[in-house]
Amino acid sequence: MGVYAQRRFANVLVMSLSVVATAFGLLWLVLVLGTLLFEGFSAITPALFSQMTPPPGNSGGLLNAIFGSLVMTVIATVIGTPTGILAGTFLAEYSRGSRFGEVVRFINDILLSAPSIIVGLFVYEIVVVPMGHFSAWAGSVALAIIVIPVVVRTTEDMLNLVPNALREAASALGTPKWKVIVTISYRAAIQGMLTGVMLAIARIAGETAPLLFTALNNQFWSNDLNAPMANLPVVIFQFAMSPYADWQVLAWGGALLITITVLCLNIGARLIASWSTFK
Amino acid sequence: MMSSGSVVSMQTMPAALNDPGSARSAAQKVLIHNVEFYYDKFKALKNINLVLRDKRVTAFIGPSGCGKSTLLRVLNRIYELYPGQRATGEVMIDGENILSPGRDLNLLRAKIGMVFQKPTPFPMSIHDNVAFGIRLYQKLPQSELDDRIESALRRAALWDEVKDKLKQSGLGLSGGQQQRLCIARAVAVQPEILLLDEPASALDPISTQRIEELIAELKSDYCIAIVTHNMQQAARSSDYTAFMYLGELVEFDETERIFTHPKERRTEDYITGRFG
Repeated sequence: MGVYAQRRFANVLVMSLSVVATAFGLLWLVLVLGTLLFEGFSAITPALFSQMTPPPGNSGGLLNAIFGSLVMTVIATVIGTPTGILAGTFLAEYSRGSRFGEVVRFINDILLSAPSIIVGLFVYEIVVVPMGHFSAWAGSVALAIIVIPVVVRTTEDMLNLVPNALREAASALGTPKWKVIVTISYRAAIQGMLTGVMLAIARIAGETAPLLFTALNNQFWSNDLNAPMANLPVVIFQFAMSPYADWQVLAWGGALLITITVLCLNIGARLIASWSTFK
Repeated sequence: MMSSGSVVSMQTMPAALNDPGSARSAAQKVLIHNVEFYYDKFKALKNINLVLRDKRVTAFIGPSGCGKSTLLRVLNRIYELYPGQRATGEVMIDGENILSPGRDLNLLRAKIGMVFQKPTPFPMSIHDNVAFGIRLYQKLPQSELDDRIESALRRAALWDEVKDKLKQSGLGLSGGQQQRLCIARAVAVQPEILLLDEPASALDPISTQRIEELIAELKSDYCIAIVTHNMQQAARSSDYTAFMYLGELVEFDETERIFTHPKERRTEDYITGRFG
């Protein structure tokens, strides 16, 4: 066999293996999404969005859980995004090459990959136990702790992509450092930073473990942040494990709802990332 | 020889300096005395002494790594953005040593414009790019601001090309236009000194020629220092030329004399292309 034929053979071999591996991965994704659509689609009814979670054997919806998830996600984002952006800014703009910056970066990376159930237990210890009861606040704090490292990381990465030449050019005009960061660095990195925030929201939209120990769940409508609050992931967890057919259908509906939300957030992140640099 | 720490009065200073000024020369604007520069431990500039004159162009030539850009970066202390870089000695501008600690760097830099090797338009509109520096230190009414922007763009020979698209992104311009935008941005804040760090090295010959014409025109108002790798450019556009090599100032004289009768052998070798 000549060299050329050998290379052609190697090419075909590697190509086929790659295609098989891709197909294998996609197969499960399609199966998961297919099952979800098949089982969940019938649950998407007006009642799902207008009625509360029912007792077993009754019909109902997920309104209180949808509301609770929205509230806690929004609060977590409001707490986590500014904190994460400021910390990421510190790492990228102020602590270059410093020992302290490296320690912070390292700890942030650990936090980034920490199992979310640990975050739930941690917040249980520092918020739920002192307060004496589960609450939506505790749930929001737990979700915020998951948001922060994601935003820190993306903010830092995106700011590091801003060429130093731009900072030099702005400084050479006599621009104070904070103004260089706000008007030049942020402006150049804003899409990537927004994408990071969107992905962080997508991540917490489906988190169950940190809420189990913090916000718990609530059968009824509640807008009291000091009380346990219903939320989609925990409702799905509870209903899907139950023996009641009505509950199982609602769990499928909720799962489909979260999946669609996460899909939309990811598409949104893609759209933001593909904006031309400046219009 | 004075020690780098000594405070030198304006009267005694010129004796220690390279100043090829003649009867027709203009006022001394920047007096560089005994400047040394360190990147951490590495000494990149060794005992540099020279004078930059107002309304004149001084060119810095020399092989890569000789310290010419470093010297330029000392003059507005832009090197301070990076930890581990430091300069010693004195740089007197209008009688004040800008290297002394406690100086407001932002006010200093507002007085000294700088244009870099690669064009650095900010990610904003052409209008806002030029307005950026003006807005930092002045609150002008809109009409006055627009006038300043127009005159800066005219000075940079860019106005006719961009007057109908001031609201569009500065990033959408060609490389040569971007560089002229950066020059407009620098002159818009009405600095006294203009530092050009290889401003035409990334440009095509036509854009380069426009930049050189621009330098010739701007020189009537500013003290200009230009770093260049292009010998013809130095010969064409400067009044004085400094040849640097391995962190030292080898020779500094009127451009004409440097290119016709260099005193140093190394200068001659470099400008005739025997090394570098």
